[in-house]
Parts: sequence; structure tokens; C-alpha cells
Amino acid sequence: MKKAISINVNGTPHNTEVEPRMLLVHYLRDALALTGTHVGCETSLCGACTVLMDGQAVKSCTIFAVQADGSQVTTIEGLAQNGELHPVQEGFWERHGLQCGYCTPGMIIAAAQILERNPNPSQEEIRHGLEGNLCRCTGYQHIVEAVEYAAKKS
Amino acid sequence: MSKFVGQRVKRTEDPRLIKGLGHYVDDIRLPDTLHVAFLRSMYAHARITNIDVSEAMNTPGVVAVYTGRDLGEKIGPVPCAAALPDLKVPDHRPLASDKVYFVGHPIAAVVATDRYAARDAVDLIMVDYEELAVVVDPEEAAKGGAVVHEKFGDNVAYKLTAGEGDIDAALASADKVIKQRILNQRLAPIAMEPRGVLARYLPGEEELTVWSSTQIPHLLRTQLALMIGIPENKLRVITPEVGGGFGSKLNVYGEEALLGWISMQLGKPVKWIETRRENMASTIHGRGQVGYIEVGCRNDGTITGLRYNVFADLGAYHQLLTPAIPTLTGLMLSGCYKIPAIQINVTGVFTNKMATDAYRGAGRPEATYVVERAADLVAAELGLDPVEVRRRNFPKPDEFPFKTATGLFYDSGNYEAALDKALQNADYARLREEQKRARDEGRIIGIGVSTYVEICALGPSQAMPAGGWESATVRIEPTGKVTILTGASPHGQGQETSFAQIAADELGVDIGDVTVIHGDTSIVQYGIGTFGSRATAVGGTAVYIAIERLKEKANKIAAHLLQADISKVVWDENGFNLEPEPAKVAAGAGVPEADLPAGQAPGASLPEPQIEGKKSLSLQDIALAAHLAKDLPPDMEPGLSATYFFEPKNFTFPFGTHIAIVEIDRETGEIKFQRYVAVDDCGKVINPMLVDGQVQGGIVQAIGQALYEEVVYDEQGQLVTGTLMDYAVPKAAMLPWFELDRTETPTDVNPMGVKGVGEAGTIGATPAIVNAVVDALSPYGIRHIDMPIKPENVWKIVNQQS
Repeated sequence: MKKAISINVNGTPHNTEVEPRMLLVHYLRDALALTGTHVGCETSLCGACTVLMDGQAVKSCTIFAVQADGSQVTTIEGLAQNGELHPVQEGFWERHGLQCGYCTPGMIIAAAQILERNPNPSQEEIRHGLEGNLCRCTGYQHIVEAVEYAAKKS
Repeated sequence: MSKFVGQRVKRTEDPRLIKGLGHYVDDIRLPDTLHVAFLRSMYAHARITNIDVSEAMNTPGVVAVYTGRDLGEKIGPVPCAAALPDLKVPDHRPLASDKVYFVGHPIAAVVATDRYAARDAVDLIMVDYEELAVVVDPEEAAKGGAVVHEKFGDNVAYKLTAGEGDIDAALASADKVIKQRILNQRLAPIAMEPRGVLARYLPGEEELTVWSSTQIPHLLRTQLALMIGIPENKLRVITPEVGGGFGSKLNVYGEEALLGWISMQLGKPVKWIETRRENMASTIHGRGQVGYIEVGCRNDGTITGLRYNVFADLGAYHQLLTPAIPTLTGLMLSGCYKIPAIQINVTGVFTNKMATDAYRGAGRPEATYVVERAADLVAAELGLDPVEVRRRNFPKPDEFPFKTATGLFYDSGNYEAALDKALQNADYARLREEQKRARDEGRIIGIGVSTYVEICALGPSQAMPAGGWESATVRIEPTGKVTILTGASPHGQGQETSFAQIAADELGVDIGDVTVIHGDTSIVQYGIGTFGSRATAVGGTAVYIAIERLKEKANKIAAHLLQADISKVVWDENGFNLEPEPAKVAAGAGVPEADLPAGQAPGASLPEPQIEGKKSLSLQDIALAAHLAKDLPPDMEPGLSATYFFEPKNFTFPFGTHIAIVEIDRETGEIKFQRYVAVDDCGKVINPMLVDGQVQGGIVQAIGQALYEEVVYDEQGQLVTGTLMDYAVPKAAMLPWFELDRTETPTDVNPMGVKGVGEAGTIGATPAIVNAVVDALSPYGIRHIDMPIKPENVWKIVNQQS
């Protein structure tokens, strides 16, 4: 039995009928073709699927699309504004905060949330804030530098 | 100074990735795609007495269900490329038919119209199992008892002895012989993107395209063609964005062949995206060595002999390189020391577990760990500083090329220089004083040193199962844009940028005018792939030499057009000049935009090159002339491209020193890093930012092995660490700030002097960390502790004795 939902994603309203068990990440990827949000573990441990839901960083692999009904979702595709990279995106590019890029969208969303809550975080606070996101390539040091870059920039 | 090479150039691959616009396998959408899900064994060893798929077949959306019995021998065995004498090779098919041999062993594949339906149906397949005796521990497996593959009679897949020098005499005549059991536990590579395959067969064209998250598109194409029985030139393998590999995607998996085959059966695209749980159970693991070392030394710290008797836990089946990994361990047992007698005795054993294979470092971290632990054991036995033991055994810079007792020639090295720099950066003498003071205050601090050498740029073809060369095509298009096709298939290492840096410097173009294409077997000439820290040292060299070849041709065209003898035409970054002095027509660095007549699309007729009166021709002028081909030297082929297959004459041997400083919490046993200092020598650096990234990422995987990570199977062969909740991948807050530095010792193995750096961190760091913890615990009489060093074990040591 499908259920009608209304979700605003990256500023665009979407009215869709979905299976109640459809995960938010599959809704974004399969129904809306926003494939920037990745699935890394399906258990909310790796953070590759992190998106902003009503301003909160959430793991979209363990939220049903129906739970996001009526909410505003921002994915990695919606972070840049008017063609300008978000400072965190810029920081990742400037400081080599990514290698394979798979964890990157979730990592950038999580980092943006850290800065929103604390515009001048210490390295320790950045590392603590990124504990819900795994990266296997970078060893995190360049990610920490990327977030510091963004903090200075914004 | 070069404009691009050696500079911290931002990556050209990043814009698409930071915007979420890259395409990994699961991001590729084809109409009418069917989705595959696998039923996998829940038992480590069992006979399948019955499989009932009828209920699964009747599930809405299900199109087909295949079992091992349906498949029979329609798909060839999963290949093993390791050629070892008398190797026992089990018949390894994509789906189990009569027996299952490990938890996660695929039994059936469900094909459905969406991924939810496919996974629902998997749960409806009824399998009757008859459980069989399980063998999990490799030493037990070697002794006898339960047998994994009945037809072999025992679990020993192979035995191998290697090394030179009289080890018995060396150990007999040593002042001291130290023995230690050494464990390199099983690890899971955990690429953040699990494996994934999309296959599309076009029945009319009889063409199969397989998108796979792999490190080796061409080798995969060849093997899949053989497995599926399709002509290789009708099979196209595409590796789109690959979300990490670390060796786990340097393989040929049954699922890749099966997806291709299913697409051919159904005439529709089929997709399978591995879940993380499948990834933990059914993607290769790494390490898995239990060994016993005997190291002989003189009282002055000179190491005279090293024997390593090792049981290699192969798992139930051979994947592509499974049995070969311990042979790399054997090659690197000399470390960066002059050890006159070395012997490795490998017993490779089958166990009811997933196969082990190449995981970042692939056999070399195991060797480095053995040697670097041995050096510290010698130091502890003799009461010497670990640094002094290392210094005493280094070959001096003038002793290179240096031949080891494992049969290798280290081309170049200056181990003491890297050591000294690291000691200086860490302020080692002061650290030792601080440690002493801290101990007096009751704090537990340890300093660990590792001086490593690795074998990289794999490698000469003679030493490789399927070719050790790499290929490149460099092409200048009629508009002057540069296209590079590389057979290496990078997946995060950044060669789209570093190869463009090489080309931009060598061709005098802007880096933005270079495009690097890889990972599509229908576009790129045959190549080998990215693994073994080879992509830049071997693949980058192929690019470099192809450019040289291309410039030779361009030079001839330039001389012809300028109506000059070739000896009078000189290259500089702006083009080919008639006179040595830089009299320039086209100023500026990059290739100027094609001077197309306004309003004319590039697709229309090309502009005529303006040659007359010029004393200098840009590459763009020459590229245009080469393609118009109206005025070329007699007998010259039109076009401007060059392809080169580079065969290295040797491996490279990067090296360095890593120093870890840890403090142990007496109350909790927790190990905290105070500092981490590393000096690595990877030869010529193309992009220091990318090299730092490789080293940092590598060190963190080493920290994972030293302190956190472990694939655990219980005695029934159940995978206990089946999710990321149970398998501890290091997180940002667990890690120190890495203080990195470099030395640069030239190598003549390739013309750029590049050695490779992808695995350095993982190889060099693990023993530094363990040595630091052991050093911290040495007042408690500890000389060795097994990885991963858990707080629980440390706490027991500290609190039993304090």
C-alpha cells in the first residue's frame, strides 16, 4: 500500500507515492535520481548517507521516506548556492579532504552541521563532530584541515 | 622549477565528487534494470541436501532464481593467478552446489524488478543443510582433524621454503637467538563503497558491458570473457568512480561473472550492489598469518639470521592472488637490514572462512612487522636502544644496489638519512629523557620506531602473474587539447591530476587542457591496473615516455613546417622554436584557444594552420597540421598521438622511518597517541599534497591493525565481526596529528625517479605503534603483545603487576 508524501528536497517540492518501507536514501537516489547521497553500511554507522533534514544532519539509510513527509531535506547536490561552492566543499577541494570521494558527500554535510553549531571549532571538536562518519582513504587529517579552512572562510 | 610537477596542485577530479555528481556503479541507471540479491550460507561448512526456490519464484516482482545446480559448469571457475608448485586449487564456482565452505558463501541468486523484492525473495528460499565439522584456526587446520576440501585429504594447500644463506649455521653460531610467536590478524579492507556490478547484454549486437567497482578493468575483462565464454572483444568492462579498493577490488569475483551471465540469459540489464554485511563476509580479507620467528644476533646487535615459519590462513577458496600473498612476505623479510641468512617456511592452509588476498601492503606489512618486531626484540634482549640496533644493520648508501638474502636487489636507499631526520623531527633524545621522567612520575609512556623498506611499482613482468607493465596513450586533438588514456585505473589516488601535471609540464599546456581517461576497456588500450603502489611509478612513466615519443614526432613536423633542419628546432614550454632564443609568436604558458574563425563550430572544417613567416610553432599548430595532413614530412603518418607500454626493469624500494609516541591510561588500559612522526622517501614527488594524503590514510589503516581491527570467526566459523558495529574502523577522534616529512633519494628504475607511496603508511606504521606500546609496557617485563592491542589486555598487564 503506497503512501503519498510531500518532501521539499534542495528547495524543490516533491509529491510522491512511496512504499512505507522505502528508505529515505532510496527515495532520494531512486525516486529523485539524486545519487550524490551514498549508501555505505545500511546501519547508520558509516555516515555516507548523511543529509540535512529540517536542518539536522541525519543518516538517510535508517529513516523511512514517509518519516520525512513534510520536511525540508538538503542533500550534497543542494549545498552549493547559485553556483558557489559551500565553504566546506571549497575546503575539501583546497585541502585534499577526499580521495575516492565515496564518504565525501556525507562527510561534507556532517562538517557543515558542525560549523553551523560551532563556527570556530577546535581540531578536537571537529574530530568529535565527525565520529559518525567513516573515511577509509584520507586518515581524516586533511578533512580536519578542510573544515578548519571552511571555518576561517565562513 | 616545474610549473606543475612537484606542486600542491588541487585535484581535477574533485569538483564532481564534492558536488555529489560523480558516478559510482550504483549511480548508473539503465531502463528496465533488474536487481540481484544473493542467498548466502549461514553455516561455515555444510552439505546442502535440498534447496526449494518455489516460494521465492512466486514472489511478486521475481523474474528468476538461480542456484549452483542450475549453473553447473556453465560459468568457469573463479580464477587464481598464483602459480605455486603443487598448489591445491579447489573448484571455485560462483554459486555453491553441494557444499558450502564459509559463512557468506553464495548459494542462490534472485533476480527481481526492484531491490526490495529481490531481498524479500531471498528470505523465502528454503535450504536444508547438514552441518559438517568446521576448521577455523590455521594451525589446527595444518595439524589434521576436520578437512575443508575432502578431495585433498588435508588442509595444506601448499608449502614453500625460500631464502638464502645457511640459516641453521647462522642461528647455531649466534650469540643470542630470540624466538617469538607473531600474529598478523585477519583484517577487512572495508572500501567505503562496497562492491557493485551492473551488466547489460545487447542480444542484437551480441555485446556485454559490465560496470564493476574494480581496480583492474582489463584483467577483469580477460578473466570474465574466459569464465562466461564470450569473445573478449565483445565484452566491455567499465569502472566508473570506484569508492576505494585497498586490494579488495584487485580481484575477480564470482558475482561479476554471474551478473554478466544472467544479463545474457535474460537480455536485460542486471545490477547487484553489495551490502556491508556481504562485504564483511564475502569480499576478501587481508593478512591472516600466524608465525614463529627465530632471530639470531651478535652481542653488539648485528642480526645474523632470521627464520620465519608461518601458517597462512588462506580461507576456503583461492581468490585471484590468495596463495601468492605470503610469497611477498618472504621477499621482504630482510627489511632494510643486512641479514646474511633468511628463511621463510610457509604452510598455506584452507580454513572455513572467506579467502584472504591482497589488502593494502599485501604481504609486505606482515614482513615489516616481523622484521621490525625482531629488531626491537634484539634490542630488548641486549639492552640496546632500538635505534642503535637498526643503525648497526643498515646497508650504507654506497652499498646500493644492495642484494638481500631473499633474492632482491634494492636499487637505492639512504636509510640512515631518513632515520636521522625522523629522530630530529621527533627530538628523540629529549623524548627518551621525558619518558624516564614520566616513568618516575608513574606515567606509562612508550616510544616506538620502525625503519621500513617496501617493494613497490609492481613490477617487472617476470615477477608478476599477468604482466607488470603499464600503458599510456597521449593524444593531442586537432584543437590542441590533450587526451591521456591510461591503463592504470586509479580509484581515489588522484592520477587524473598527477598525470595531467606530468603532461602539462612536458607539453607546455595548462593543466585544464589535459583530460585523463581510464577504466573503460573499449576506450583505453590494454592495461594492468592500480595496485602495489604502481600507478604513478609504472603508469605515470608510460605517460611520460609516450609524451617523449609524441614530441619526437611533433619535432619532425615542426622542422618540416619551419623548413629547417631538425637540429635547429628547439623545444621549450611554448612550443618548437627555430632559434634557441625564445622569440615567441604565441606568448603565454598554456596552449592558446584554437583560433577558430568566429561563429564557426569546431565540427565544421578546420582552420588552416598559420605557418608562414613563423619562427615558432605551438603544439596546437602542429596538432592541427598533423590532423589536416596536407603538409607533412614524406611517409609520416597523420595524427599526433603516441602509445607506450612501459616495462620496468626492477621494482622500486621506497623506505622511511616512523616514530610513534603513546601514553597508556593506567585506569583503563587505553592507548593514546602523544605524537606521530614520519619521514618517508618515495623518490620524486609529483604532488606533495597527494603524497601526504596517501601516507596519512595508510598510517590510519596501520593504526587500525595495531590497535582496533580484527576479523573474528568463532569456533563454529560464524563471522562475529559482520557489521561496522563489530569491526572497528578507526574514526577521526581516535587519531593523532601526523607530523610528516620526506627525504628524496633518486632511483634510476624509471626516468622520472618515482617510487610509489600508496602503501607506505600501512607498511611502515604498524610496527612503530606496537613497538611503542611494548616499549611503554617494558617495565612490566613485556617484550611482545599481539595485535590488535586492546585496552583490556593492556589493563591486565598494568594492573597485575602494579
